[in-house]
Amino acid sequence: MSPIKRLWQAMAAQRKELALAGLLGGLASLCAVALLGTAAWLIAQASEYPPVLTLTVAAVLVRTFALGRAFLRYAERLVGHDAAFRGLTELRVRVYERLERLAPVGLGRFTKGDLLNRLVLDVDAALDLPLRIVLPWAQATFVSVVTVAFLAWLLPGVGLLLGVVVVLALIVAPLIIGRTTRRAERLLAPRKAELASVVVTALHGCADLSANGRIIDTTTRAHAIDDSVTELSRRESFALGIGGGTATVLQGLAVCATLVIAIPAVVSGRIEPVWLAVVALLPLALIDVLATLPGSALAFQRLKGSADRIAGVMDSPDPVVDPVNPARLGTQPSDISLSDLSASWSTVQVLSGISFDLVAGRRLAVVGPSGSGKSTLAACLMGFLSYQGSARLGDIEIRDVGGDDLREHISVLSQQAHIFDTTIAENIRLGREIEEQAIWLALEQAQLADWVRGLPKKLQTQVGTFGMSISGGEAQRLALARFLVQPRPIVVLDEPTEHLDSETAQDLERTMFDALAGFTTIVITHRLSSLHLADNVIVLRNGRVHERGTVTELTAGGGWFAEQLASEQEDLAVHALISQLPIGRGAPAPHQPLVGW
Amino acid sequence: MKPLDPRLLRYARSTRGFIILTVVLGVFTAILIITQARLLSSVIVNVTADGMGWAEIAPAVLVLTGVFALRALLAWAAEVAAFRSSAKAKQELREATLAHVLELGPLGPAGSDPGEVATLITRGVDALDGYYARYLPQLVLAVIVPIAILVTMIGQDLLSTLIVAITIPLIPLFMVLIGLYTRSSVDRQWQTLAQLSGHFLDLIAGLPTLKIFGRSKAQAEAIRAIGDRYRSTTMGVLRVSFLSSLALELLATLSVALVAVSVGLRLAEQQMSYSVALFILILAPEAYLPLRLVGQHFHAAAEGLGAADRMFTLLETPAPIAGTRTDIPAGLALEVADLQIRYPERASDALAPTTFIAQPGTVTALVGRSGGGKTSLLAALMGFLAPTAGQVRLTNALAGGCEPINLAELDQAAWRARIGWVPQRAHLIGAGSDPTVTIAGAVRLGQSSASDEQIWSALTEAGVAAEIRELPGQLETPIHADFGGLSVGQLQRIALARALVRSPQFLFLDEPTAALDGMSEVAVVRAVQAAAQRGCVVIIVAHRPALILIADQIVRIGADGVKITLATASNGAPNTTAITGAGW
Repeated sequence: MSPIKRLWQAMAAQRKELALAGLLGGLASLCAVALLGTAAWLIAQASEYPPVLTLTVAAVLVRTFALGRAFLRYAERLVGHDAAFRGLTELRVRVYERLERLAPVGLGRFTKGDLLNRLVLDVDAALDLPLRIVLPWAQATFVSVVTVAFLAWLLPGVGLLLGVVVVLALIVAPLIIGRTTRRAERLLAPRKAELASVVVTALHGCADLSANGRIIDTTTRAHAIDDSVTELSRRESFALGIGGGTATVLQGLAVCATLVIAIPAVVSGRIEPVWLAVVALLPLALIDVLATLPGSALAFQRLKGSADRIAGVMDSPDPVVDPVNPARLGTQPSDISLSDLSASWSTVQVLSGISFDLVAGRRLAVVGPSGSGKSTLAACLMGFLSYQGSARLGDIEIRDVGGDDLREHISVLSQQAHIFDTTIAENIRLGREIEEQAIWLALEQAQLADWVRGLPKKLQTQVGTFGMSISGGEAQRLALARFLVQPRPIVVLDEPTEHLDSETAQDLERTMFDALAGFTTIVITHRLSSLHLADNVIVLRNGRVHERGTVTELTAGGGWFAEQLASEQEDLAVHALISQLPIGRGAPAPHQPLVGW
Repeated sequence: MKPLDPRLLRYARSTRGFIILTVVLGVFTAILIITQARLLSSVIVNVTADGMGWAEIAPAVLVLTGVFALRALLAWAAEVAAFRSSAKAKQELREATLAHVLELGPLGPAGSDPGEVATLITRGVDALDGYYARYLPQLVLAVIVPIAILVTMIGQDLLSTLIVAITIPLIPLFMVLIGLYTRSSVDRQWQTLAQLSGHFLDLIAGLPTLKIFGRSKAQAEAIRAIGDRYRSTTMGVLRVSFLSSLALELLATLSVALVAVSVGLRLAEQQMSYSVALFILILAPEAYLPLRLVGQHFHAAAEGLGAADRMFTLLETPAPIAGTRTDIPAGLALEVADLQIRYPERASDALAPTTFIAQPGTVTALVGRSGGGKTSLLAALMGFLAPTAGQVRLTNALAGGCEPINLAELDQAAWRARIGWVPQRAHLIGAGSDPTVTIAGAVRLGQSSASDEQIWSALTEAGVAAEIRELPGQLETPIHADFGGLSVGQLQRIALARALVRSPQFLFLDEPTAALDGMSEVAVVRAVQAAAQRGCVVIIVAHRPALILIADQIVRIGADGVKITLATASNGAPNTTAITGAGW
């Protein structure tokens, strides 16, 4: 099934409402045609100078059609928009439900650049499907069928002819216009993509271009590409322009051909002369009504891209499949044991042969340079990524547990805590039923309570995109409070102090380790200074366990860990020295060896 | 929304010719519409009232066919002209915006929101097609056609002319009145719509968090509830704002009906001729048609003008004023005197007042916690931003030399030509911003005329030449490859070579060893020392001990302040953290 059809199925839950809107709109269009037809009849009849009374009915009808057209159109707009908005909500829910199954691992490819933003816009764009494509087309079909049928009854030849023109207007013209547009877009796409890549590269490299005095090279090159874009568009404009003349051509065809058939019919007396005006003018009005269809053909073209991208999301494979008969985890805190675990992102193997045991209530640190697979390990434990080998909570394999059940037992505090665009209280509740008292208690533990008390609206302060901006440290404390209001026995700290400066990071670490005492904890970090609280350490490099042991053992070992620790300490020593220098003034450098270095 | 933004004529000059052409085509179209009505009515009257046969009437039908064909041709020409000038105008706007944004530098819009600006320049401007191809021509027709029809009708029937003449001006009037009445609510509506999309985006971005806390499934209901609430408020607004189109349709159709009935009744009372009556009946709807179509294309036009408006805002952002002096003697020291930087609308300094002199042949290390203003200071030295207070001067190192030169007096290009600059994360691109660039191309950004030997010698000095010699492609190796490309450390040293190949008088480095291992760090340290020995003024933002310890002078930049990020993106192959970073 085509992406557009799927989009329509997702949006067309309000069938009755949509049908009503189509009918109202069809009647409105019919009124427009009937108005001119009746008026033509009225004048033709009047030209035979009958008693004025015989014209009264026609005169009343003309005015009625005039009113009917305006009011029916108004009603159609209201009903149609209401149905379209309902459909949009339905579509949003469906897309969300799909994304929910993909998150977080399967979302990866949508979060690059502005793709996510674009997806949201694509969903919004779907509003065009009922409003600018389906409804106009349905109405046009309705009014065409009725008009053609009437003319066929009056004069079969004219009916047949107009039928042909209507098919041209309803189907052939939109198809041709759609095809030329698509052709032009296909021709332009590579040049436009080239231009876009220059623009994006230039904007990101703006500092480098300015610093090296090379802006002019870029603008010259952009100009050259842009010239070819313009040249191509200008050449294509001859084909694209047919949209402008189509309606007039069809109108001319309908009117002139009708005259060719109808005039001999009048002359030979097959129809009364009074009908000639009606037969000649009805096509004029009908084609006016159909003139909006090329516009909906273009809307259709535009929507195709959106529909394809939405379908792309809907068709993304699940990163993990919940078991059919999930095992239930017990309520008691359990030990974690991994043996020979390996995992990969799409085709790239990231972890292999990982084994360790972590007794409930103890603390394990996983360290290593960035890209060594630390976060992948966390994703496997959270049930977000499938793995080979074995990872067990107690004696139950993680892959046999339902995702939601698993995450009742294990949670993660990550680098980027998402702050939702709502109040502080709601950011902690996340829709769970939690007493305000419990929120304050969690905030106390996260050492954020004083800060919240200092805000004018306290827990009701708006944060997030549209609200107050909060610092990275506060955001992480908020995330900690979020966890503490409904804690899980096992918690993974995935570099929660990344992106924070060292003082803030140290404060936060202290708070976290205090608040999380007694939890089974896995600390993932590349900073070693805070590790004295870990019972055991494993060092990951290139996805494998490189070293393991206690902090003391590893420090004495002379491996990566020891090297890194020495380098961190050296940094600390230099910075201790620097902290004694005056601020904002040049000072001679201390050309002396550092203590302990 | 103004129907025609004068700035469009200024920035997209090709628009002027287009408008003139549109007016000319509009006049011809109006004449053809009237001719067509005349012919059609007389054909009908001749056959029915005058009893003409097919042979007599055939020529008139043929002419009528010709008129239709001519109208279609004009409509096609108008559309072609619209697409052509739209293409030209879009190019003019795109190029002007790109050049100006780059001119504004990395701390301008290019740095703060490169994605948004790029979208605006590439896709956003395409929305102008609707404005050029549909709205503008219809707007011209909406003025010309009713006037032409009214002028024609005066000579035929005064009463019908009066009905049309009174109602036509009412249509734009009603549209404006109702538009004014509903504008605030429509604006509010757009805000709600933006918020609704924002809410959806917020939920998707927060999905990993929701899932961790087992709250993700419950949010589907929240989306439905909010969507429903939005729908009912929107419909409330639409009920009113659709009134404007109701008024428009009502006026147009009712006046046509009034004209029809009135001519019909007068015809029956023999007060007018059949041919005039029919002529007016055919003509009257044509007077309203362009106005109705303008209303239909309003939305497409608003979108295009909105994009143009955002571009004009960018184009009208003033560029920092730069000096004109181009002669910069050799051997100058760089003096920073009470330099202070504060960004607009910020409460605290990005850089608290700072003073030091960097002599030629020495290394100055800028140290201090992140957010202290080190990068801002370098940006001021580069001329990317103007200091809030204080000065940067070039002074003669030997006493009694030339007058100090204030940085603000200097021509920016001449100044930067003396600088070798290595940012925290360099963006290695070709001069034409070609995203696919070789090592040689990336280094030549620093010095376009550099020979291969000069590039090798710069790479050698940066301590990366040996590694590049081992690559199969040597200097022609592409910088960016999805897998198995150059390492971050290699890229950083290529960026250093790019600075060194300029034989700079001043060398500014921002944490050049942040991503380097021990060996590469040593190479960079050596290169820095060599540059200083050649008499360079070297200023380094430094975190790591290796660089701090070779400095002749240390400046501690310490005030708390806002952190800035220059427009840079990471180079090199995507790694797994980039993938996981997406999730959480």
